[in-house]
Amino acid sequence: MAQALNRALRDALAADPDVHLLGEDIGTLGGVFRVTDGLAAEFGPERCADTPLAEAGILGAATGMAMYGLRPVVEMQFDAFGYPAFEQLVSHVAKMRNRTRGALPLPLTVRVPYGGGIGGVEHHGDSSEAYYMATPGLHVVTPATVADAYGLLRQAIATDDPVVFLEPKRLYWSRDDTVELPATVEPFGRAVLRREGADATLVTYGPAVPVCLAAADAAREAGWDLGVLDLRTLVPFDDATVCAEVRRTGRAVVVHEASGFAGPGAEIAARVTERCFHHLAAPVLRVTGHDIPYPPPMLERHHLPDVDRVLSAVARLQWEDQV
Amino acid sequence: MTIVEQPAATRALLPEPEPHRVLGTGAAPDARLWPELYRLLVRGRRLNEQATALTRQGRLAVYPSSTGQEACQIAAALALEPRDWLFPSYRDTLAVITRGVPPAAALGLLRGDWHTGYDPREHRVAPLCTPLATQLPHATGLAHAARLRGDDVVALALVGDGGTSEGDFHEALNFAAVWRAPVVFLVQNNRYAISVPLAAQTAAPSLAHKAVGYGMPGRLVDGNDAPAVLTVLREAVAHARSGGGPTLVEALTYRIDAHTNADDATRYRPPEEVAAWRERDPLTLLARDLRAHGLLTDETERAARADADTLAAALRAALNTDPALDPLDLFAHVYATPTPQLREQRDAR
Repeated sequence: MAQALNRALRDALAADPDVHLLGEDIGTLGGVFRVTDGLAAEFGPERCADTPLAEAGILGAATGMAMYGLRPVVEMQFDAFGYPAFEQLVSHVAKMRNRTRGALPLPLTVRVPYGGGIGGVEHHGDSSEAYYMATPGLHVVTPATVADAYGLLRQAIATDDPVVFLEPKRLYWSRDDTVELPATVEPFGRAVLRREGADATLVTYGPAVPVCLAAADAAREAGWDLGVLDLRTLVPFDDATVCAEVRRTGRAVVVHEASGFAGPGAEIAARVTERCFHHLAAPVLRVTGHDIPYPPPMLERHHLPDVDRVLSAVARLQWEDQV
Repeated sequence: MTIVEQPAATRALLPEPEPHRVLGTGAAPDARLWPELYRLLVRGRRLNEQATALTRQGRLAVYPSSTGQEACQIAAALALEPRDWLFPSYRDTLAVITRGVPPAAALGLLRGDWHTGYDPREHRVAPLCTPLATQLPHATGLAHAARLRGDDVVALALVGDGGTSEGDFHEALNFAAVWRAPVVFLVQNNRYAISVPLAAQTAAPSLAHKAVGYGMPGRLVDGNDAPAVLTVLREAVAHARSGGGPTLVEALTYRIDAHTNADDATRYRPPEEVAAWRERDPLTLLARDLRAHGLLTDETERAARADADTLAAALRAALNTDPALDPLDLFAHVYATPTPQLREQRDAR
C-alpha cells in the first residue's frame, strides 16, 4: 500500500505544479514509512519539503499556501503527532470556505498514518477519526486496499476541500499483485461491498477491513454467510449503500479500531437504526477498541478487534428469534 | 560580571535600543504624506467611535476598538501594495477598511450576519482572525507560496502582545525565517491582553528581541507615531520584497478603550495610566508637528472631520438596515458540494 500511496503522490506532483508536499522527514528520508520515497529527488526539495518540526506550523503554513492557490499535501508523521495541528484544522482548515461564503476554498490534504497493530510505542497507535468526523467542513477518508490507497489519495488531492486522509499503518506493507497502477479514481462517498453475504453485514473501514474479511471466512464454519462493507469515506457517509445492504441482511455489526464510546460506530449504528428499523432482526452491534488510552505494544492484541470478537458479536445477533 | 560582546551578525538582528520616532524629533515633514496620514487617523478615530456607538444600539454584536492604535492600523494598510496580503486579527478592522474593504463589509464578523463580510481574494485581506496568532502561519505560508510561484508579493500579519505567547506565533516566525518568506509581523503591543499586563506575558527585554532567536531582524517603533510606524513597516516590506526574508516589528502603543464594549478596563488598570497615554494620542502627536510646520490649519482640520463624519454616517446607514438572512446559507458553503447528510438536513427545514 505504501507504494501505491507513493505512486499517487508522484502522479499528482507530475500532473499539477500547484501540488506541494510538506512534512517532517518526508524529503531526504522519504518519510518514516517511506511513503514519499524518491519524491524530493524527482521533484526537488521545494515540492517535497522537509519542514521544521512543528505540526501546527506545517498545517498553518499549508493553509496560507492553499489560500494563495496551491494544493498542499501535508504529512502528520503519526496520528498522535497531528494533535498540535488540531486548532489549525478545526478553526481554520475546516471553516475557511464556510466563513468566506465560498470565496476562499482550501484544497488541501492532510495525510495521517493511523491505528495500531504494528507494535508501536505510546502515541503511535491512535485511531483519531472520530475527532475529524465530528468537524464539519472536512472530508475523512481511509483506504483498506492497495487500489483505494491510490484512487482515494488522488481524489483527495483533486478535491477542492480539505481532506483528512487516514492511512492504516498496519496495511502499509499489504500487497495486491492484481492491482495495476494507476488505479481507478472515483468520487468520495461510495462504500464498496468487499464480500457478499446473506446473513449479516459487517460495516467497517480501514485497518479493520482485513479483520472482517478473515472473520467472514471463519464464519463459514459456523454456518454464517457474512457480507463485508468497506465504507472508504467516513465523510461524506454513504447512507444509501449501507442501508441497502443492511436492509437486505437484516443484521449489522460495525467494526473499527477506535474506541467505541462516542466513536464512529455509535453514529453508524444510530443512522442504520433510524433508517432501517423495520428491516432489522437484531440491534446493530459494535466491535471496537476498548474505551482506554491506546495500550502498550505487548498488550495491543487485547485491544484491537479480532476475528474472535467479531464472531462473538455475530453470535449475539439474536439468531434464535429466526427459528 | 563579564560582558560578552555579541557577534556582529547577532547585533544586526537586535532592535533599536529606543523605539524609532519621527514626530517631535525635528525631522522634516513629508508635506504630501503627513496631512494624508492625519486625514486617515481622524477618519479611523471616528470609525472607532462610530462602531462603539453601534454596539450600544445593538447593531454590532461586539466591537474590539483600536482607539489609540490608529497609527499602527493606518500604517499597516499603507505599507502594502495592492498585490500584497494583509492578515488581520479581530482588533484590526480599521487596517482592513484602510486597505479598501468597505466599512460595513469589514464589520461583518462583528455585526454577525456572516463570519467574513468581504471576499478575501478580491481585497487580498484574510478573514479577521479571532483565535490568537493562528493567522500568522497563514501569512508565512501565503508569502512562501508567492515566492515559490515567483510572484512579487509580501504578506503583513498583525498580532497583539498577548498573541506573542501563543505557539502559533513561534511556529510562524520560525517557518518564515527558515524559508526566508517575504512576510512582516507587526506586533501592536498595547500593553494588555484583555486584562493581563505585558509583565505577566513575557520576560523578554522587548517583544522585538524575540526576532533574534529566529534569525530575523527585530524593529522597535513608537506605535503612536504614524510616520515612524509607516517608515519602519515600509522598510520591512521592502526588505521582504527584495528577498531579505521576514522582519518582526514591535510597535509600542496603548489600547485606550476596554478590550471590547463588554469589558470593564477599570478593574485592571489605573485611570492615571490611561490619562498619560491620552497625552500621547497618535492624532495629537501628528497634529502638533503638522501645525508647527503650517501643514494643518483649522480649515483642513474641519475638512478632515467632515470627511470622517460622512464616512461614519454612511456606516451608520449601512448598519441600521437589517441584513438579508437566509437560513439555507448555513448549508451552502460547508463544502464545494454539500454532502448527502447536509442536503438531507437542509431539505428537512
